[in-house]
Amino acid sequence: MSLSTQDVEKVARLARLAMTGEEIETARAQLNGIFDLIAEMQAVDTSGVEPMSHSQDLSQRLREDRVTESDQRDAFQRIAPQVEAGLYLVPKVIE
Amino acid sequence: MLESSLQQLGAALRAKKISSVELTQLYLDRMARLNPRLNAYITLNPEISLAQAKAADARLAAGTAEPLTGIPVAQKDIFCAKDWLTTCGSKMLHNFVSPYDAHIISQFNNAGAVNLGKTNMDEFAMGSSNETSHYGPVKNPWDTQRVPGGSSGGTASAVAARLCAAATGTDTGGSIRQPAALCGISGLKPTYGVCSRYGMIAFASSLDQAGPMGRSAEDLALMMNVMAGFDERDSTSLQRDNEDYTRDLNKPLTGLRIGLPKEFFAEGMGSDVAKAIEAAIAEYKKLGATIVDISLPNSKLSVPVYYVLAPAEASSNLSRFDGVRYGYRAPEYGDLADMYEKSRAQGFGAEVKRRIMIGTYVLSHGYYDAYYIKAQKIRRLIAQDFVEAYKHCDVIMGPTSPSTAFKLGEKGDDPVQMYLSDIYTIAVNLAGLPGMSIPCGFGDNNMPVGLQIIGNYFDEARMLNVAHQYQLATDWHSRAPQGL
Repeated sequence: MSLSTQDVEKVARLARLAMTGEEIETARAQLNGIFDLIAEMQAVDTSGVEPMSHSQDLSQRLREDRVTESDQRDAFQRIAPQVEAGLYLVPKVIE
Repeated sequence: MLESSLQQLGAALRAKKISSVELTQLYLDRMARLNPRLNAYITLNPEISLAQAKAADARLAAGTAEPLTGIPVAQKDIFCAKDWLTTCGSKMLHNFVSPYDAHIISQFNNAGAVNLGKTNMDEFAMGSSNETSHYGPVKNPWDTQRVPGGSSGGTASAVAARLCAAATGTDTGGSIRQPAALCGISGLKPTYGVCSRYGMIAFASSLDQAGPMGRSAEDLALMMNVMAGFDERDSTSLQRDNEDYTRDLNKPLTGLRIGLPKEFFAEGMGSDVAKAIEAAIAEYKKLGATIVDISLPNSKLSVPVYYVLAPAEASSNLSRFDGVRYGYRAPEYGDLADMYEKSRAQGFGAEVKRRIMIGTYVLSHGYYDAYYIKAQKIRRLIAQDFVEAYKHCDVIMGPTSPSTAFKLGEKGDDPVQMYLSDIYTIAVNLAGLPGMSIPCGFGDNNMPVGLQIIGNYFDEARMLNVAHQYQLATDWHSRAPQGL
């Protein structure tokens, strides 16, 4: 398998990573090297094997439906890049 | 004092031979002298450390001390600690002062341990040499031209250089065991789910596990007593009774069955490493163990499987870093998408971006089954190999790393070469088993070699017993780097 420049550009966009043309080409060469390594998987017969998501096959633990978190808005807002009146500020989304 | 075990330090503190403030100051002075050369710590906060030491002295005076009360412990900078800068080795979190404590940090605080500082690490724990840290590479105290391993490289370097009594690490694909091996210390990655991941910045959630790093198996057992345990805030934390991990330390090893996987002793391992491992196995035979030849036929696939699953989980976990709620935001941007793209491009380093891109690709439309599901299926085959092997043996042994510590910059720009340095450790994470590394000699250039001990699920106490008995019979673990 070999990734094209367009493939890498698409992945960068999906991953929300701004990249220059030069960075795209470097990434393309390195990703192709890594996918050559990953390709070793394709030779393995996995028919009838259940995918394993993690080691202890447990179902999700449930909890009572009640509020357990305390209000920490001030503490969390203090570390944000830009806030105003208790809100997080981002560039205008709707004209 | 610097060579004392945690047990001895605890006894000295309780007997008032030294105060926690004096002990903490001793380490802080040593760190001020040696850390500039090793770069093992990213953040020191002597004011907080000494305040904790003072509180510990009050507990010691009141007679309410626990085994680790007053003992200075370093914390990997992946653990959120309230009022401490918590960077995870990344520019993305260069200004993140955590508003809360990770479960592991709370456990140490409740035990009365002193937080001595936050240790350097590969960015977001992605690396095997500590060279991906935004805060500069860590040096190996045995030879400062060489890497300490990674991603818990700062912790390994600090423990080896006696810049803390013990410390924490995390292990997603070998990040406790490989640096422990390269720096000549002991490290344990517990069974997945034994230590809470709450407040431990996520890399690959189905693999990440916290564990102790220290100078001996006995020290690791005391650390485990603080770190392990159920926490409802981690959805994969296991509900089990608390254990005393020191309980089996002194059992004899007579009749212990050690499995040696033929795949771990094939090509790829350095001859100097092989020699030290063989000598360690011979020592275990003297201690009464028997050797069983086993096979882990799918373990060779663990590197490709890991480099699908871990980046896939990472690309999802790291999507939270968007420059909105915390961390780095680009100084200039246009619209919202541009802000995301520039903040992430500038805030993440090259290796992190590479893994986000691998993960984004394997999870994208049309490739999910071919990569992600395929890798999860092979993951099961790898885990089943271990289940089969443990029908014939009690523990599995082999090398931790194919070579001793390599030189800074040696693996350069070739990510695949770097990934292969975790070839013996990754299968353990995929299976969710506990694994440890203990020093077992020196290889070329007089650099430490690590013996890997892999246990069955929840067999940490036995592994610590196996390691401790070896450490009673040998002195590799008590060797310290000279001439710092």
